[in-house]
Amino acid sequence: MTIPAKLAWPALAVVALLLVLAPVDLTGIGIPYPGLKRYGTYIMTLWLVTAIAAMGVNLIVGYAGLETLAQAAFLGIGAYTTALMVKAGLPFGLAFAASGAAAFVVGIALGFPALRVRKHYLAFVTLAFSVLAWLVFRNEQWLTGGVMGLPDISRPSLFGISLRRHVNFYWFVLAITAALTFVLWWIVRSPWGRAFMALRENPIRAESLGIDVRLYTLLAFAIGSAYGGMAGSLYAPLVEFIDPNPFALGPSLLFMLMVVVGGVGRFAGPFVGAAVAVLLPEWLRFAEGFYLLIYAALVMAMMAFCPTGILGLVERLLAPRRRTQADPKASLLGEAKP
Amino acid sequence: MADFLQLIIAGLATGAIYALAAIGFTLLWQTSQTINFAQGEFVMLPAFFALIAMTWFGLPFAVAVIVAIATAVLLLGLVFKLVVVQPLIKQGVLPLVISTIALSVLLKEGAKDVYSAEAQPFPTLFPDVTLSVAGVSVSLAQIGVLVVAFGTIVALQWFLGATRTGRQMQATAQNPTVARILGVAVERMILYTFLINAALAAMASILISPIYLAKFSNGESLGLAAFVAAIVGGFNQVRGAIVGGLLIGVVDNLAAAYVSTSYRQAVPLILLVLIILFRPQGLLGRAEERAV
Amino acid sequence: MTAVLEVRDVAKSFGGVHAVQGVSFDVHEGEILGIIGPNGSGKSTLFNCILGQLTPTRGEVRVDGKSVTGLRPSELNRLGISRTFQLLQVFPQLTVRENLILAGQEHQGSRLGRLFGARDAGLGAAADRMIAFFRLGHLAQESAGGLSYGQQKLLDAAMAFMAGPRLVLLDEPAGGVNLTMLASLKERLQAINSETRATFVVIEHNMEFVMSLCSRIIVLAEGKIIAEGTPDAVRRDPLVIEAYLGH
Repeated sequence: MTIPAKLAWPALAVVALLLVLAPVDLTGIGIPYPGLKRYGTYIMTLWLVTAIAAMGVNLIVGYAGLETLAQAAFLGIGAYTTALMVKAGLPFGLAFAASGAAAFVVGIALGFPALRVRKHYLAFVTLAFSVLAWLVFRNEQWLTGGVMGLPDISRPSLFGISLRRHVNFYWFVLAITAALTFVLWWIVRSPWGRAFMALRENPIRAESLGIDVRLYTLLAFAIGSAYGGMAGSLYAPLVEFIDPNPFALGPSLLFMLMVVVGGVGRFAGPFVGAAVAVLLPEWLRFAEGFYLLIYAALVMAMMAFCPTGILGLVERLLAPRRRTQADPKASLLGEAKP
Repeated sequence: MADFLQLIIAGLATGAIYALAAIGFTLLWQTSQTINFAQGEFVMLPAFFALIAMTWFGLPFAVAVIVAIATAVLLLGLVFKLVVVQPLIKQGVLPLVISTIALSVLLKEGAKDVYSAEAQPFPTLFPDVTLSVAGVSVSLAQIGVLVVAFGTIVALQWFLGATRTGRQMQATAQNPTVARILGVAVERMILYTFLINAALAAMASILISPIYLAKFSNGESLGLAAFVAAIVGGFNQVRGAIVGGLLIGVVDNLAAAYVSTSYRQAVPLILLVLIILFRPQGLLGRAEERAV
Repeated sequence: MTAVLEVRDVAKSFGGVHAVQGVSFDVHEGEILGIIGPNGSGKSTLFNCILGQLTPTRGEVRVDGKSVTGLRPSELNRLGISRTFQLLQVFPQLTVRENLILAGQEHQGSRLGRLFGARDAGLGAAADRMIAFFRLGHLAQESAGGLSYGQQKLLDAAMAFMAGPRLVLLDEPAGGVNLTMLASLKERLQAINSETRATFVVIEHNMEFVMSLCSRIIVLAEGKIIAEGTPDAVRRDPLVIEAYLGH
C-alpha cells in the first residue's frame, strides 16, 4: 500500500479509535460531533458484517484466483444456524463457531468435486448451490420458517452486559471484525498466503514446487466460505429477523461485484467495497429502485477503466507521476486457457 | 404412458429452446473465452423488445418479432462485443466475468424499471390448437416451437459445417492462433459468434416467453438452464449443448410433474452436480489431461 | 552405483500420435545426463511423463527403486524431485526472495505448523544463501516480473534447488540466455552438482552447452532412443548426425 510501513500502526490505531467512537456523542468533551444515531449505528454494523463476508470472497477471488457465486448462501447457512441454535437456547458463542464450521464443511464438500475438473467449474457449482440453498431456505418451513422467516432472534449478552442496544452490539461486532481481520491478515502473510498467491499466478509451476494446488485451492475456498458463515452468524442477531431473500443468488453476485469494486486482492478492498455496497442505497435514496441499475453501470465502467477497483484508482491518483505502465495486476487476474 | 409422452414432447420443446441459449453460450466461450453470466438476461430481454415495439410503437406482432431479433443482434451482439467485451478481454478473465455479472443486473433492473415488474403475457407465433394423435394430445404450439428451434439448430449446423465463413468460425473456435496463421480474419469471426449468439438468444426469447410469460427476473432460471445444459453436454462443443439442452428440458418437465413443485428447480442442478462428480467432461466431451 | 531414476518402457500417445514410444534409461547418483534430439522428438513429453504432468500411456518411472508412476507433480516434488520449465515460470508479482521461499516452503515442517510458524517458514537464511550463490543479491527485493530474461532463468534454476532436491530435471535451461549468462549458469550448475551430489537430467538444444555440462547423453528421435554414450561418442554417431540433418 501507499502508506509507509512506519506509519502503518499509528494509522491503524487512528482508524480503530474513530470506529470505536463513531456512535458516541462527543459534544460533552468539546468536540462538535453528535455521534451516530440509532440508524447510523445499524448501518455501520451492517457494513462490518458485510465486510467480513467480503473478506472471505477476497481471499477466494483476489488471493487464490477463483470465482465464487455463493457467498450469500454461506451467509444464509450461518444466519439460519445461529438463529436456530440461539432460539433453542444455546449460547451465541457456540452458534457462532458452528456457523463458521458449517460453512467451512459445506465449502469443502462443494469445492472438492468442482476443483477436480476445472477452475471455472467452481463458479457454476457455486451458482447452482446458491439456488439450491435458497430453495431449501424457502421450502423447509418446519426448519426455516419458509418465506415467513424466523422472527425475534435475540442478541447475545457478553459478561452480563446485554447487547440489545445498537451501540453495544456495534462494539461487539467491531471487536469480532477486528479479530477476524487479524486472522485473515495472518493467513495471507503466512506461507499459506504465499501458496494461495502462487496458485493464482502460476498453478502449474506451484504444483511442481510441491504446493498441493488442489488442497490449497480447496482451503482458500473453504476458509473464505467460513467467513461468509461467520458474517451470517452476526447478521441474524443484527437484523433480528431473517427470511430467504438476502441469501439468494442476486446478493451472492453483488458480493463478487463488491470485492472487485473495492480492489480485488488488496487487503483493505473488502472494507471499501462493502462501504460502497451498504452506503450506495442510502446515498441514492432519491433514485429509489434505480440504484442497482446505477451501481451495475458504475461497475461496468470501472471494469473498463480501472479493473483494480477503488483502491487501485486511489493509488494511481496518489502516484500520478510514476511512469505509466501496463498494470501488472491486471494481467495476473487472467489465467491460462483450460 | 400418454401423459408421459406428452411430458417428453413438452420437455423436448423447452429443451430445444434451452439448447439455443446453450449453443450461443458455448460459442462465445470457444471463440473468445467469454463466460457470459448475462446469458439468461440475453434470453429474457428480446421479448421486451418485441413488447415495446407492439405497445409503444403499435407494430403488429410479426413485425415486432423481427424488430426484436434485429435489436437483439445490434445491442446484445454488436454493442455487447464492442463496448463490454472488447475493452476487457486483454485485462484477463476476472474483469470480464465481473462485467457480465454487472450486465446481468443492469439488464434485469433495466427491464423492470423501463417496462414493468409484472409478468407480461406474450403472444405465440403458433395457433393454439391441440391435436390428438393416438391418445396423446399435443399442442400445435409445442410442435411449432420444436420445428422452429430445430430448424434454427440445423441451419446453424449447416452454416458452421458447409459454408466457408462457418468453417472459418469453427477454426477460430478450435484454435485462434492457428486460424490466424491460416489467414482467417479471426476478429471478424469472433464478432460473428457474438451476433449469432444474440440471434439465438432472441429466438429462444420469442419461443419461451409465451410459455413462461415475459418477466424481468426470468433470466436467472434461463441462464442457469443454459449453463447446466452446456456443462452437462460437454462445455466445449455445440453438439453437447444441444444434447444438454434437450436433456435439461425433459428433466425439467418430468420434475415439474413428478417431483414437488417447490423443488422442481433443484432437479437440473442436481443433474449438474452428478455430471461433475461422475462424468466431468460432460456427456459428449472427451476426457482431458488434468490441468495441473 | 545405484540408479536414482529408472525409466522403464515409457510411452505416451495423444490420439493417434505416438509422441514417446517405449523409452528406458537409468540415471545414476550425482550424474548429469543430457537428453537431446531434434524438435518434436518427444523430449518434453518424456519429461512431463516422468514428472507427473502427463500420465504415461504405458511404462513405469521409479525413483530410488520406488514406483512413482501416476503421482502428481506436487507429490513427486516432495519426494525430492525438482524441475525447471522450458518457458519462464517464475511468480512475477512476488519478489525474488519470496519466489525462493515459496520454492522451499512445502518441505518445511507440517502444513499446519507453517500456518502458525514464521512468515518465511524458516527459509530466510537459505533463500539469502541461494540468492548469493546465483549472484542475484542486488535483486533480492525486486519483483520477479521486473527481472531480465536471463536473470529470471537464473531465478528459475535457483528455485529448483531451494528444497535440496536429489534429482533435478532441467528443461532447456540455456534457451534464450545470452552468452555471459550462459557461462554463469553452467558454472553454477556444475558447482551445485559437485557440492550436493544432486543428480541432473537436462534437455537442451544448445549442443555446446549440453556437451560441456553433461557426462552422458541420450539422443531421442521420433519418440525412441537412437543413441546413448559420452558426449564424444554421441557427436560421432552417424545415426545422430542423420537424425539431425534430416532424411
